Amino acid sequence: MSDKAGKEHIVPASAARGKPSDAEREWEQKTLGPALEKSPDRPADFTTVSSYPIRRLYTEADLADCNPERDLGTPGAPPYTRGIHPAMYRARLWTMRQFAGFGSAEDTNRRFRYLLSQGQTGLSVAFDLPTLMGYDSDHSLADGEVGKCGVAVSSLADMEALFDHIPLADVTTSMTINSPAAPIWAMYLAVAEKQGADWQKISGTLQNDILKEYIAQKEYIYPPAPSMRLVTDTIEFGAKHTPKFNPISISGYHIREAGSTAIQELAFTLRDGIEYVEDCLRRGLAIDEFAPRLSFFFNAHNDFFEEIAKYRAARRIWQAVMRERFGAKNPRSWALRFHAQTAECSLTAQQPYNNVVRTAVQALAAVLGGTQSLHTNSLDEAWALPTKSAATIALRTQQILAHESGVTSTADPFGGSYFVETLTNEVERGANDYIDKIDALGGMVAAIERGYPQREIADAAYRYQVAVDRKEKIIVGVNEYVGEEKPIEILQIDEGVAQRQAGRLRRLRAERSNDEVGRRLKALRKAAAGSENLMPHLYDAVKAYATLGEICDAMREFFGVYEEIAIT
Amino acid sequence: MPEKKIRVLIAKPGLDGHDRGAKVIARALRDAGMEVIYTGLRQTPEMIASAALQEDVDVIGLSILSGAHNTLCARLMDLLRAKGMTDVTVLIGGIIPEADIAGLKKAGIAEIFLPGTTTQAIIDFIRQRVAATPQGA
Repeated sequence: MSDKAGKEHIVPASAARGKPSDAEREWEQKTLGPALEKSPDRPADFTTVSSYPIRRLYTEADLADCNPERDLGTPGAPPYTRGIHPAMYRARLWTMRQFAGFGSAEDTNRRFRYLLSQGQTGLSVAFDLPTLMGYDSDHSLADGEVGKCGVAVSSLADMEALFDHIPLADVTTSMTINSPAAPIWAMYLAVAEKQGADWQKISGTLQNDILKEYIAQKEYIYPPAPSMRLVTDTIEFGAKHTPKFNPISISGYHIREAGSTAIQELAFTLRDGIEYVEDCLRRGLAIDEFAPRLSFFFNAHNDFFEEIAKYRAARRIWQAVMRERFGAKNPRSWALRFHAQTAECSLTAQQPYNNVVRTAVQALAAVLGGTQSLHTNSLDEAWALPTKSAATIALRTQQILAHESGVTSTADPFGGSYFVETLTNEVERGANDYIDKIDALGGMVAAIERGYPQREIADAAYRYQVAVDRKEKIIVGVNEYVGEEKPIEILQIDEGVAQRQAGRLRRLRAERSNDEVGRRLKALRKAAAGSENLMPHLYDAVKAYATLGEICDAMREFFGVYEEIAIT
Repeated sequence: MPEKKIRVLIAKPGLDGHDRGAKVIARALRDAGMEVIYTGLRQTPEMIASAALQEDVDVIGLSILSGAHNTLCARLMDLLRAKGMTDVTVLIGGIIPEADIAGLKKAGIAEIFLPGTTTQAIIDFIRQRVAATPQGA
């Protein structure tokens, strides 16, 4: 093992500065010094939300090694620091894509159609926990969870109801589904086919990022090897049949929500991306055949400049990885496209209306960082899933940024800022150190099996909590500026959803051809035991109305289930 | 004689995998000198009740963010009663709507800690509660 792998924690260090100019030195002695004597710094913690130290002032001395042509380039050109499109938001605004899902497919269908009628430009499906874990709504472990965190989808019949009167040829859909991504996508493709939508033209995104499940969100079913196979199956299938669909959204969002720093979020996400690419290459796919459709998903947290630096660094690192590590030739493979969501973990249950302001600041950072699509959280999400009115304010927040703030008129407005460029360099260096370390550990799956990223995140989460408890970090309305509270109106999930779902599943199992379902599940089992791509078999099974639980169980038989070693 | 350490079972019931809160609390209670057993993810009420019995804990801390609290807590409290474990203090931390709090307390949950609670507030609550319970420290 190299030295890097032996080092336990990676502590990002500020870059060495170049020599300050005479003018800067003079300012420090003659202007700053006396000013500080009269009025010293507040006793505040001048670090980012990730506890990264920020200096008093950034000047050209911080950018002594910077070569603007090499490090920044121009928008739409490598290294893409300034954005992946030449005209950025002047040509096309980001997609306003609000994550939504609750109750039954019919309940969520109504919310989708409302959001589209209000100017939302893409759909994003939240599934409930039984669906995310590959259980039907009538499974005993689904008790109390059906329709709570998202919409319940147990079969193609539910998927048909979810997209009733929503033309999949015209709308792009993102699906936050991971372990059962392949069968859920098969259901979506079956609905598209029934609607007559051309697979060559439909577009959307499957989250499908299992590595960050082991690292952070923990909604996994199978062990890493068969899970990676399923991911690669979808990427391979997509490259052939759905050339406009993103078969994966490599996600840092949940890593950050689990308590990581910004640098950890960036590093672990990009290293996950490298792991998927390596698996596809082992499958025999050519890099430029699938890399243009890899997409990313980052958090937009409170620390405004750190987030902007993170997105800019992400693009620069990924283009280098694609060109230097994997030898990609197609510029579309080099350009990192991403979705951003404001930080749910930053929302407070106390004084919930303050969350509108937090979300606006976070969303602004995502836009100034050049996001391709954005979800803004609702003010009531520290209490429950959002009400319709709270979700509307969240959407309006994006529309105000897009049409009133003026930030869309020019590409990468912070390009050239001493501070933002320095922070971008430092975040990039910190993330690359982590990527080197994970390489030295033998890759991300090996690192996960050793609990490495999990422990790094748990440590960061604990350090943050201690800082908040000690008031080293101030959270308005929580540990400072505490005031009287009045309860807000929240969304109540209809408790009858589980029963109706159970009834629907009973009818489905009575009405479908169970012989046909049995035959197709048998074919799936046989394929799972071999090495062929499972997508065609999954598609056959969902078309016969095999349920999600039946399909996932068929694969559980051969793949087994994953149990983590809990780290506290 | 050394004081008996307070024993706490931190559990994640249900299907949810978001374990940041559970892990932070487990570490904070341990740093405060308590004996902490963390169950890991996806525990049924049955598994939690038998772990609590086996480990002879003073406190069960449930981390729930999924909205399944009413179903899961009612079942756990029934099981604890059936096992005669009425002296165990049961706490919830997580995302719990205001309207559900009274019902949960009526079912026997000692306290519900919402987002924004300091770890010290939870430590203090547990110490006071266990000190006031005859079987406790």
